Amino acid sequence: MRRLPRKDAVIVGLGWTGAIMGHELCQAGLQVVALERGPWRDTASDFNIGTAPDELRYGIRNDLFVRPSQDCVTARNTMDQVALPIRRWGSFLPGNGVGGAGIHWNGHTWRFLPSDFNIRSHYLERYGEGIFPENHMIQDWGISYDELEPYYDKFEYLCGISGTAGNVNGQIQPGGNPFEGWRQRGYPTPPLRMQHAQNMFTKAATELGFKPFPLPSANLSQAYTNPLGVTQGPCTYCGFCERFGCANYSKSSAQTTILPVLMRHPGFEARVQCEVVRVLKSGDGKTATGVVYVDETGEEWEQPADLVILAAYQLWNVRLMLYSGIGRPYDPNSGEGVVGKNYAYQANSAVNGFFDNQLFNSWAGAGSLGITADEYNGDNFDHTGLNFVGGANINCTTFHARPISARPIPPGTPRWGSAWKKATRDNYLTTQNIGSQGSNMSYRDCYLDLDPTYKDRLGRPLLRMTFDFKPNEERMSAYVTSKMEPIMRAMGAKQIVSNPKKGPWSVVPYQTTHNTGGAIMGDNPRTSAVNKYLQVWDMPNVFVMGASAFPQNAGYNPTGTVGALTYHAADAITKQYLKNPGQPLVQA
Amino acid sequence: MRAPSPKAALLAAATGLAALTLGPAPQAAPDNYDAVERGRYLVTLGDCVACHMNPNGNHEGAQGFVGGRPIETPFGMITTPNITPDRGTGIGTWSEDEFYRAMHEGIRPGGARLYPAFPYTYFTKMTRRDVDAVYAYLNTLEPIHNPVDRNTLPFPFNIRASMLAWNGLFFEPGEFRPDPNRSPEWNRGAYIVEGPAHCGACHTPKNMLGGDRNSQHFAGGPLQGWLAASITNDQRLGLGSWSVDEIVEYLKTGRNARSAASGPMAEVVEYSTGLMTDADLRAIAVYLKEPSQEATPAAARTPVSGDDDRMKIGEAIYTDRCMACHTGTGQGVPHMFPRLAGSQIVQQEGSEGVLRVVMQGVRAAYTPHAPTSPAMPAFAWRLNDDQVAAVTTYIRNAWGNAAPAVSAGDAANMRRLLENRP
Repeated sequence: MRRLPRKDAVIVGLGWTGAIMGHELCQAGLQVVALERGPWRDTASDFNIGTAPDELRYGIRNDLFVRPSQDCVTARNTMDQVALPIRRWGSFLPGNGVGGAGIHWNGHTWRFLPSDFNIRSHYLERYGEGIFPENHMIQDWGISYDELEPYYDKFEYLCGISGTAGNVNGQIQPGGNPFEGWRQRGYPTPPLRMQHAQNMFTKAATELGFKPFPLPSANLSQAYTNPLGVTQGPCTYCGFCERFGCANYSKSSAQTTILPVLMRHPGFEARVQCEVVRVLKSGDGKTATGVVYVDETGEEWEQPADLVILAAYQLWNVRLMLYSGIGRPYDPNSGEGVVGKNYAYQANSAVNGFFDNQLFNSWAGAGSLGITADEYNGDNFDHTGLNFVGGANINCTTFHARPISARPIPPGTPRWGSAWKKATRDNYLTTQNIGSQGSNMSYRDCYLDLDPTYKDRLGRPLLRMTFDFKPNEERMSAYVTSKMEPIMRAMGAKQIVSNPKKGPWSVVPYQTTHNTGGAIMGDNPRTSAVNKYLQVWDMPNVFVMGASAFPQNAGYNPTGTVGALTYHAADAITKQYLKNPGQPLVQA
Repeated sequence: MRAPSPKAALLAAATGLAALTLGPAPQAAPDNYDAVERGRYLVTLGDCVACHMNPNGNHEGAQGFVGGRPIETPFGMITTPNITPDRGTGIGTWSEDEFYRAMHEGIRPGGARLYPAFPYTYFTKMTRRDVDAVYAYLNTLEPIHNPVDRNTLPFPFNIRASMLAWNGLFFEPGEFRPDPNRSPEWNRGAYIVEGPAHCGACHTPKNMLGGDRNSQHFAGGPLQGWLAASITNDQRLGLGSWSVDEIVEYLKTGRNARSAASGPMAEVVEYSTGLMTDADLRAIAVYLKEPSQEATPAAARTPVSGDDDRMKIGEAIYTDRCMACHTGTGQGVPHMFPRLAGSQIVQQEGSEGVLRVVMQGVRAAYTPHAPTSPAMPAFAWRLNDDQVAAVTTYIRNAWGNAAPAVSAGDAANMRRLLENRP
């Protein structure tokens, strides 16, 4: 193993959080290297309009994602099962390469509700201890919405998010989300132009007493130049967002908002096809001294650094911590330990409506083209007697009708043959769905650890995922889905098919790439892995970015909160930590 | 224990070697600080690095002047010389007078004549004080040993003595003389444009022998497989509809609401105009709006009819392939995707520029003011010559544009050119 010259900071992973952190640290004068295990990706060369909308390559064969041979996880539902490796990604799709999951996302850019951050104390105060489900590990985040607001704002203005504000400095705004936390100003750009389905949903939902509003979108409604000087183009509603890179510079990503500036920064260096194997520790185990990585030729390098930023995807952050011995691993039997604890997911549901005389033209869509109603999210509604915690947002989106995968057929249709073809023809343009993005609480037996049997190509144990949907989530999903059906009826669907979330969780059908937890944040080192600045309690020169910090998952897509937490951490590092490096920013 | 940085060690070894073999490097004496700083800026005005930088693209410090970059001329390739103060391979032995003679008369020490690919025909307009400042600046650079094979032109152009006759025909040495009837700003612009910035070197068409066609001052023309656009005041083909502010923004950032610098002009913006002072950019714009010589106005042109099959096919291709960025009305997206409606680049008489952009794709200039550097994808691999001809004919004649139709043969020629010279 060869040793390289020291850097001030090494960043593991160059996606959203790595790019944000890289830029903030370089602006503070640090010499920074980012190590990215996937390839370099650039709009001009990799998301060329002539090749980017290739559904077979990207949508079906998953070109932008981690190859299972490169890395995967083992999965099981319960602790008494033997976990097996996922050999073809299904339920979720971890990103790979520069830009990470920020390349292939749809662009829903939410703020969590203020009560999501102090969820445990909030529910306790309003409903008492009895509201919480069996074996739950629900925790407050150790940070308040008010503390995060400036950083949400910063991320939204980096991205140019298109939306309608619902609450500006406490003043409820017409057309926005009346339930959202206060924001210091409106969105940088106006909402996308809605499709037929959104207009129908708005009318129907409004008549039923909902207050629908445009889904905040990172597919931009108009050209936007961000504070870094980087410009994005307007969305063209091509419908190739999720699983695809954007060819039109209109979906916010590290590529379209930060990298054009960061890659030219004299303090910054990116090395791609370089996989970090583990974080190195000092002899006393109290400090990280750098990382070991393997380049594309298989050669091993040591990269010493004063500051180690884990900015990989949630799963891989947790695996690196467990494998490197950072923080105390979680033990589900005793409930002690913190790393791997509180893995959570998302409990989504859908109501499909088959119409007779409506043409939805769903092929003209965008990842975040949608209308949302937030009446049944978080604690926006009275949970008394409902016997569950949490909620879901209700969305009517038109995000694609790609020819291979968009085959909306009513139940009972044969799976092949002329009847299937006819049903496809009849329903392709006339089907619309309403979806819900549901919260997922944390439980004692839903966690991540190192697999005892299976190893990756570098000889490291795979990450083992133990997870299932619990009765709390099933009840929440059934309840919210029952609120979606009347809207679909009011829209005039002739046939309605509801799919509330039900266990057991399966790794096969795609559900969502909103994996959370495992290196959770909090106000106490006994119950959390990182403090509110995402600094590892036990190793102050290591910071862990991303949704691994969520103590449980809320009823929204995670990226807005991930971006805000990253800016919050970067601010603390550059303004406080660097003045007194190596010290904890929060006293335990 | 920490190993020394390999890069640092290498640098130390290299500097040590230089010190041993070359003696003390020429350094700027403290009393010529002003001249050196003036020279540094003049080198930016003159875009010297665009030609003299290391062919590997490195233009940091002295690497911007080591030479070796091949420059394509109608007469063959010319390789640029090393102009660092290296005594063996650079200009380290040149006196101030010798340097002035090269810049002013195109004659290098020993009497050999330089080719006008080195734009002494423009640099002759520079004042002695400015040329001396450039000399002073170049002599502060780290001398870099880099022998360059200068004799790459084919016969008969490899005979430097032939330049004597050429100079007699096309070259008149003489410093810029300000026009007392014009503003100081206009005169400053004229000095920069006609002198150090040598804009006409690309933007004024050349005759068969490579001399400027002065009657077509700034009218543009084919250049290195590209097309240098007209920068006359013509409404359709030149900068006539551009405001001074728009010209300034373009030169400073590589972008404005209409257009984006790409190809060779992207380099000009990145290495030269993007680093000029705002006052100088404004002076350039003021001068370009009222140049000392006006080209003969271009004749009015009738657009190819919308009923023409090429226009119909072109529109269909445009709708499928181009509209997402450039929009259905050819308006583009300001500062991102160039406006095609009314674009002078699109309407140039020659189709080389538009063919090259469509077939090869192109990346907009990077500047710190406009860092996005978006790219136009290549279409040569997915459109055949007929389709390229149709779509380029369409964009040249839609939305009020008017320009000669493009033939499949034109597209085939560009395809061959790109194959031979990617």
